[in-house]
Amino acid sequence: MSSSAFQTFLILDLLALLAAIFAALSCGLLGNFLVLRKQSLMGDAISHAVLPGLVGAFLITQSRSPGIMFVGAAASALVTVMLVELIKRLGKVEPGAAMGVVFSILFALGVYLLENNAARSVDLDADCVLHGNLQNLFWTATPSSWSPLLDVQSIQGMPRAAIELLVFRDRFIAPVPYQIWTLFGTTIAVVLFITVLFKELRIASFDAGISTVQGINAGVMHMALMTFVAIAAVASFEAVGSILVIAMLIAPAATARLLTDRLITQIIVSAVIALVTAISGYALASFMGVNAAGMMASISGALLVFVMIASPSHGIITKAQNQRRLGNLVAMEDVLGSLYRLWETDERTTRAGLLTASGNSGRMGKAIDRAIASGLITVQGSDLTLTETGLSQGAAVIRKHRLWEGYLVDEAGISPDHVHDTAEHLEHLLDPPPSVIDDQSADIHTDPHGKPIPPK
Amino acid sequence: MNDLPVSFNEILETLTLRGGVNTNAVIIGTTLLGIAAGVIGSFALLRKRSLTADALSHATLPGIAGAFLIATALGYSGRSMPLLMLGAAITGVLGVACIHLILHHSRLKEDAAIGLVLSVFFGIGIVLLSLVQNSKNGGGAGLNHYIYGQTAAMTHKDAQLMGAIGVVASLIAIVMLKEFMVVCFNETFARATGLRVWLIDSIMLGLVVLITVSGLQAVGIILIVAMLIIPPAAARFWTDRLWRLVLISAFIGGLSGYAGASISALMPRKPAGAVIVLVAGAVFLVSMLIAPTRGIIADSMRRLRLRARIAIDHVLEELYEREHGATAGHPIGSPVLLRLIALRGWITKSDRAYTLTPAGRTQGQRIHRNHLLWEQYLVSYADIAPTHVDWSVDQVEHVLTDELISELEAALSKRGITVDQLPGTRKNGTPA
Repeated sequence: MSSSAFQTFLILDLLALLAAIFAALSCGLLGNFLVLRKQSLMGDAISHAVLPGLVGAFLITQSRSPGIMFVGAAASALVTVMLVELIKRLGKVEPGAAMGVVFSILFALGVYLLENNAARSVDLDADCVLHGNLQNLFWTATPSSWSPLLDVQSIQGMPRAAIELLVFRDRFIAPVPYQIWTLFGTTIAVVLFITVLFKELRIASFDAGISTVQGINAGVMHMALMTFVAIAAVASFEAVGSILVIAMLIAPAATARLLTDRLITQIIVSAVIALVTAISGYALASFMGVNAAGMMASISGALLVFVMIASPSHGIITKAQNQRRLGNLVAMEDVLGSLYRLWETDERTTRAGLLTASGNSGRMGKAIDRAIASGLITVQGSDLTLTETGLSQGAAVIRKHRLWEGYLVDEAGISPDHVHDTAEHLEHLLDPPPSVIDDQSADIHTDPHGKPIPPK
Repeated sequence: MNDLPVSFNEILETLTLRGGVNTNAVIIGTTLLGIAAGVIGSFALLRKRSLTADALSHATLPGIAGAFLIATALGYSGRSMPLLMLGAAITGVLGVACIHLILHHSRLKEDAAIGLVLSVFFGIGIVLLSLVQNSKNGGGAGLNHYIYGQTAAMTHKDAQLMGAIGVVASLIAIVMLKEFMVVCFNETFARATGLRVWLIDSIMLGLVVLITVSGLQAVGIILIVAMLIIPPAAARFWTDRLWRLVLISAFIGGLSGYAGASISALMPRKPAGAVIVLVAGAVFLVSMLIAPTRGIIADSMRRLRLRARIAIDHVLEELYEREHGATAGHPIGSPVLLRLIALRGWITKSDRAYTLTPAGRTQGQRIHRNHLLWEQYLVSYADIAPTHVDWSVDQVEHVLTDELISELEAALSKRGITVDQLPGTRKNGTPA
């Protein structure tokens, strides 16, 4: 990278990238608890509903100081949560509709105030509300402005280091816009909140009842979480817009949830995903010259789709593989079982005969081939014969089948001529029926139809 | 706010549809759309699909921008309204399909699925929009009006199309009313009667898509869902019957559309979408306050009345028991309450103490008897120890209906217990 390209990066991109990273991290971390509590949409509602608070606070005070903006936004977040509860209770409508009513009215109020006062508030515009204003975050300090001031060496009585520190502050820290500091502070606060109250948050999110019994007020934890969501939403709002706030509140946590079952791991993974999303989204957006917040939301969606398909533990591919493996196992057991029954009556069958009897599924054909390959079946002439191993495996299947039939008749009270089909499914379970497990010494030799049960 | 003084005449002309051709078309179109949204929103609300509709409307943005990009790349005009609506409908339906895919193929729940589709599709839309704006072709400058809607940019043809779609959608919904109703209220029953629930759900979704894409230009992507949610939610406060819900909701929707479009036409810088939603929101708030069945005022009145009745019951019961020898343990009630009861003629004041009138005595006796009945019922049927029944009895004795009392009497007499023989289980053995 040439030094001028690097300089351009420092001036134009560094702070915007930092803002994106902080926003993604603070929202992404909090999102874990929202997704866990099935309240992802509360983040959606809050990030829409803070708009009238922001605009209202500005219109009343004519000030854009972060403190005042925050009070306004927090007030409307509070109104949102309370109104949603009230409407749910009184209106007897589903929570989703209650939420939709509240946040769309509040958002409309915000848009109305914005447009109506467009002349007076030039720097808050309705489109930025949605997709942010990252490109306005640039750093007026540059390394080139470093050199001239280094010549100021002779302020009396001051050590050189102190002067350099002052110069550094004036030239580099001061030009950093307040949004960066707000976002930085928010991220630190969110990390502290989650680490300090992790145990309480976890238990309140998983089981409000147990949490209350253990002396942790789930309602208070809920309000604390909502407060932090509101803080993160407000802090991120200006830089990345409400759409990215919603995406970051849900997508990293949801993606991480498809990768792990442990909450701690999930939180760490979600932070990594948020980081990757922010950096790659920003880079790709600069490369293509498109909106960065939109690109980050798109990337988070792409990551989710990828993980949903390819996750080693919960992915569609893994699940399909497991299902296929199970299907193959069942087919193999069916083949061995059928051949065992024929062996009992000294009958023989060909490959084609067995396939016809079992409804000609391709899976059965493959199961026969595999059984032959692994030495469970031998082919004599055109007849299929079980080898010794095949015979004992077939016996195990039929044993389970007949034991289950007995169980269904004796314990479940089903008549003997109705149990076969159910037992066809149950024979593939790993365990024999509970009655047999409970009483190992029981002497069961025949099934309800009088057929012998193969010994173990 | 007085950026432009509007004369009374001008207001009257606009409201009575004597303004310009375009203004009229927009107002009529928005009103029809509002009615249709109210009708179809009722079913979406009952089917618990309100926020799915929100995800759907956000998911239309990539369709709008994508249709524009593809059309201009092929050399057509990207501003054609039907074309943009088609693009919007395609990605909107795609978004809903994605929600279903996420629900069926992952462990994520509906809230996360809706939020994901909403934000990711919208993000993709924003990216495509900035591609449109970057392209040399300047014709895409107005596309972002679809986000918040802009009635001012509508031609009367656009408005006619919107109104026509509204009418058609409402008619379809009315024709399908019975099927929709069954599916909304009892899905299992609908399946059992042989209705194809998926088909009816798809028709419902199709109608929501129609409303969404036809309202995009006037109301905008973000707020169009409010037209589907708020009117039925407001109507819910007024009635428990479906067809009334649909009618009231249609009325509120139409009113919001009419008022919103008129206000926006009369005054500058009043975005129609936001004004429509705010009008609907105002109707919602008023409904929540004053509706006679569910409104806050009616609800609090009912609670207050019940509390008053319980307090009065307690005083009468207490006085009745004192007449029969119970010890006067505590004050019988606040002076205000006592005066209230005196006004009803149940007690009279004599010698600085209140005594029951004959009517009051009957009341007191009735309550006392209810108390004993319920107490005895709990002891003999619910196996509650006699020392533990008093608290719950104090709550229940006020809400026993006449039918319930005769049922209790019958149940107890089956076991050979009549209340009149009860050995006064309460306090000082007062006879019932």
